[in-house]
Amino acid sequence: MTQRGTRISLAVWTALVIAFLWIPLVIIALYAFNGPTLQGWPISNWTLHWFRVAWDSDARSALWLSLRVGLIATGLALVLGTMAATAVARFRFFGREAVSFLLVLPLALPGIITGIALNRALFSTLALSPSLWSIVIGHATFCVVLVYNNVVARLRRSSPSLLEASQDLGADGWQTFRFVLWPVLSTALVAGGLLAFALSFDEVIVTTFTAGAQETLPIWILDNIERGQQLPVVNVVAFFVIVATTIPVMLAQRMMRDTGLIRRAGGPVTEAVEAAEIPAI
Amino acid sequence: MRSGCGLKRPHRVAIIEHRMATLAPAASETEPVAGVPAVRLSGVRRTYGEVVAVANVDLEIAAGEFFTLLGPSGSGKTTTLRVIAGFERPDAGHVELQGVDVTHVAPAQRAVNTVFQDYALFPHMTVAENVEYGLRVKGMPKSERRSRAEEVLDRVRLPGLGDRKPVQLSGGQRQRVALARAIVNRPPVLLLDEPLGALDLKLRQEMQIFLKELQRELAITFVYVTHDQEEALTMSDRLAVFNAGGIEQTGTPADVYEHPQSEFVAGFVGVSNVLERGGRRVTIRPEKIRMTDESGGDGEAGTIREVVYVGMVTRYVVDLDGGGELVVVRQNLETSSQEALAEQGKRVRLSWRPEHTYEIEKEGT
Repeated sequence: MTQRGTRISLAVWTALVIAFLWIPLVIIALYAFNGPTLQGWPISNWTLHWFRVAWDSDARSALWLSLRVGLIATGLALVLGTMAATAVARFRFFGREAVSFLLVLPLALPGIITGIALNRALFSTLALSPSLWSIVIGHATFCVVLVYNNVVARLRRSSPSLLEASQDLGADGWQTFRFVLWPVLSTALVAGGLLAFALSFDEVIVTTFTAGAQETLPIWILDNIERGQQLPVVNVVAFFVIVATTIPVMLAQRMMRDTGLIRRAGGPVTEAVEAAEIPAI
Repeated sequence: MRSGCGLKRPHRVAIIEHRMATLAPAASETEPVAGVPAVRLSGVRRTYGEVVAVANVDLEIAAGEFFTLLGPSGSGKTTTLRVIAGFERPDAGHVELQGVDVTHVAPAQRAVNTVFQDYALFPHMTVAENVEYGLRVKGMPKSERRSRAEEVLDRVRLPGLGDRKPVQLSGGQRQRVALARAIVNRPPVLLLDEPLGALDLKLRQEMQIFLKELQRELAITFVYVTHDQEEALTMSDRLAVFNAGGIEQTGTPADVYEHPQSEFVAGFVGVSNVLERGGRRVTIRPEKIRMTDESGGDGEAGTIREVVYVGMVTRYVVDLDGGGELVVVRQNLETSSQEALAEQGKRVRLSWRPEHTYEIEKEGT
């Protein structure tokens, strides 16, 4: 096959894959503007009516709960994930590899296992009752990993002597944090935090087992679909969630690219090259 | 006075004078005091759990000296450097800089700067921002520190690269940025931790000459860590040979090379040519041994076991009839590689002048 042929077929395949991923999302987004209660194609009657209905429904309190859970879980993940990453990347201690493994495992475990385990532990063993915090704990199990992975990768890529160099040049602790540590870690933290929030925001399985009677937004959607009522409102909420999830993930991607290591590199400088050129200590 | 004269002088002289004024050690924030060592370690000891990294090190480094800590990896040389910088607190002993005890002073408050082995350039800052960092955290105004950074970048032959990011530079350029970032602060003592370790041979040799020149011009005390004995011999005014956390010998390069005081030094600085005869252990440098035919006069008889042709010279390993072996180096003045290699298995006689042998202590005594 000619090079031109290869390029065209690659472009076609890429377009097909993207279409496959996005067409359903676009359709549900369009349905949010569909007038009749029964869904039919093509959309006959465009309206913003259902947005108003959605705003007045209990979807709003579900959204509020989801936002609070997401923010708290993300905050917790930022603190715990950064601390764990710093310990693992910077210090050698007994069981270091085990810590890494134990942190990452909950993300790989099926959510239903994590969910039932937390359900037993929190509500049976510890005899707590479901609350905002029980949901937060459930979400933190996977949010911590996301931050941890991002920060560990960043620390491994940067020289361990950076902080010493800053002190050596006369900087006090605050200056070292502000001029060196924060700029080096910030993009990794923001990216990890955004991913964590996005994941928390649409989590269903673990939440089902830790929320009790409370409804986060995804659970509210699930309930309403099951009951077959309020489908137009579900469409509106789905539209909202798509937008609300896309934005942080896009930002996160941009952050990861824009690490400062490779920004304005003016050439095909990749992170791989960077990693290869700095000798590992 | 100054402006009156300066204006009439040719421009170039004024620039040179300016450079001297800004870079010469007289402008250092901490003035070297005559007679007081720039660095003094007394009884320094540093352990990590059971491992003794540095055991009871005493060291005096004079102001303006190029002093090398030489030793294999794990011998304690880098830990000693880090104790001087303040990154390691000694378990025992004292660190003095310019006669002032700084054992409990934080790295940021010590009048030393470090060139790190991996350069440790701040990846998110430009070259100029990296170089200015030390001045910035001390609160120097932007215009002043910018001009000082430019000056120093010129000095390390990186003019006009201030706006680049470290990742856009080659290894050799990064090395010089690290150097510039340290000397812009005009420290009386500069610590260098294997600064040329990551460079290729050719660049390393260029940088050795450059560093030595720089050290002479700035008249700063250099404390230089390396495991490369050739580097240590060519660059240092004096050097300390480290082994197993302690100093085996301190002296000038010629001193250490020609009068090794222990078997370890003899082997690490040069080739280990140790011979035991009549209860005495002596060392002879390979280039000081004369190798003749077996019939040719007196000396130790032996057989050439191995011949290594290394271009300028040929290295022979000779098994001696009286026990032991010696390495002999001969210049290839008239010998071709074939001729040299054909000498394997030949019977020879080795002789040397008695003043070229040095008695060393027995291992473990």
